[in-house]
Amino acid sequence: MARHTPLNEAHRKLGARMVDFAGWDMPVQYSSVIGEHEAVRTGVGLFDVSHMGEVEFTGPGALETVNALISNDLARIADGQAVYAGLLDERGTFVDDVVAYRFSPERILICVNSSNREKDFAWMKSHAQGVAPVDRSDDYAQLAVQGPKAAGLVQRLTKTDLSKLGTYRFTEGEVAGVKCLISRTGYTGEDGFELYSAAGDAVALWDALLTEGQQDGVKPCGLGARDSLRTEMKYALYGNDIDDQHTALEAGLGWIVKLDKAAFIGKEALVAQKAAGVKRKLVGFELTGSGIPRHGYAILKDGAPVGEVTSGTLGPTVKKAIGIGYVPTALSAEGSTFDVDIRGRAVPAVVVKTPFHKKP
Amino acid sequence: MADNIPGDLKYTREHEWARVQGTSVVVGVTQHAQESLGDVVYVELPKVGATVTEGKQFGVIESTKAVSELYSPLTGKVVKVNDGLSDNPSAVNTDPYGAGWIVEIEPSDPKQVDGLLDAAAYTALLQNS
Repeated sequence: MARHTPLNEAHRKLGARMVDFAGWDMPVQYSSVIGEHEAVRTGVGLFDVSHMGEVEFTGPGALETVNALISNDLARIADGQAVYAGLLDERGTFVDDVVAYRFSPERILICVNSSNREKDFAWMKSHAQGVAPVDRSDDYAQLAVQGPKAAGLVQRLTKTDLSKLGTYRFTEGEVAGVKCLISRTGYTGEDGFELYSAAGDAVALWDALLTEGQQDGVKPCGLGARDSLRTEMKYALYGNDIDDQHTALEAGLGWIVKLDKAAFIGKEALVAQKAAGVKRKLVGFELTGSGIPRHGYAILKDGAPVGEVTSGTLGPTVKKAIGIGYVPTALSAEGSTFDVDIRGRAVPAVVVKTPFHKKP
Repeated sequence: MADNIPGDLKYTREHEWARVQGTSVVVGVTQHAQESLGDVVYVELPKVGATVTEGKQFGVIESTKAVSELYSPLTGKVVKVNDGLSDNPSAVNTDPYGAGWIVEIEPSDPKQVDGLLDAAAYTALLQNS
C-alpha cells in the first residue's frame, strides 16, 4: 500500500488528484498544474514535501563523517548554512542528490529524495566512518512555501526576522506556533522556504499557511507544478536527469563537487574524468519544431542517436517546449543543434542558456 | 465533479466522443478525459486525407505532465482537423464538446457509429471504472 504523509487527508479534502509517486500517495495537482505553477512564479504556493527523507549525524566528528560522504564541503560553510551536494558512489555517479544542513560541526542533517530514502540510509550506514547516521524521516514533515510572496506570508506567522535569513541559510523558530527548522531553500527558482516540523504538527502548520495566505492568493501545489517549475530552472531530478549512470561532472554539477577538499567517495573517479575530459554533458534545449520533448526520447544528430532526453515539458512560464538531456560534449555549447526523436519525427532543437526561466 | 455527458453523442471506452454531422463524424475527448489529462498543452493531429482505423492511434494529446494516445472511434478518412488547437490546445479543457473538437472523419461505413456506446452506456462505464 502506498505510504501517506501526515497531510494525506488534507490533500483529499482539498480535492487533490492523488497519484503514486515512488510508493507515496501524493497530490499531483489540486486545480491545474499551470495555475499552480503560475501562483508560485507570481504569488505564493504551498507544497507538501513530507515524503522527502531526513538523515541526521550527531556527535563529535559528524561534519567530517558527512564530508567524506558528500561532494560539497561542509567545512567551508558556517553553522546555520546548508549546501546542495551529491551523494556519490566510487564512480562519481549519483546515489542521490541531497541538501546538507550544518547546525554545528557536531550536528548535520541531510535531506534526501523520497525515492531513495532506504537506499541512501543503507549507503550512508555502510560507508560512514565515524558518526553513525540516524534515519529521522518519519519524525519530520516538510512543507515548501515558494514564490515572491512567500517571505511576506511566513513573516506574518513568525517572530523570526526573515530579512536576516539569506538563501541557503536556516534557523530554528516557530511558524504559526509550530516549532520548525526554517530554511530559505527550494526547488522552484523562486524565493521561499522549506519548513521542517514534527510530523504531528504538519496539519496545523499547513492549515495556518493556507488561511493566512488567503490574502496573498496562496495555492496548494502538487507534484505536477513542482516538476514544471524545477524543469524551467534546469534543476536536476534524481531518476530523470541524474542517476547512477552519469557522473556529477557530466550532469554539469561540477560546482557542487569540491575536488580540493579531503577524500570523499567518488573523488578519484571525478579527478580522473576531469583530467581525461568529460565526453557528454547535460544541456538545456528548446525545440524549434513542433512537439514536446519527454524523458526517454532519443537525441539524434544527422539521423543517428547520440543522446537522450532526461526531462521535458511545455514550460508554463517560458511558454516554450523545453528539455534537458545528455549530449556529446561537441554538441553541448549554446547554439548547438540536434534533433529529438518524437514518435518517429526528427524535431529540431537548439541548446540554450539555462535556467530557461530568468527572473524579470 | 459531475461528468458532463451529452445525450446526443456517441462514446468510446477510450473516452472519446463522436457526433454525426451529415456524412461525417466529429470526434473529440470527453469531459472525463480532459479532467484526467489535466492542462492540455499540445495536440498532435493527423493530416487531412489520412486514413484512420477503429481502435488504432490517430494522434497524441499532451498535458504538462503526460503524453496520451488518441484512438480513432471509426475507420475512415480524415476530412478536417481542428487547426485552432495548435494555438489554443486548452480548448480541449475548457470546451471539450465544442471548440475542443479534434478531427472530423468520413467513415468508410456510416453504420459503424451505431456500434459505439450511447450516453447511458458511457455513464455506466464511468460509474463502474
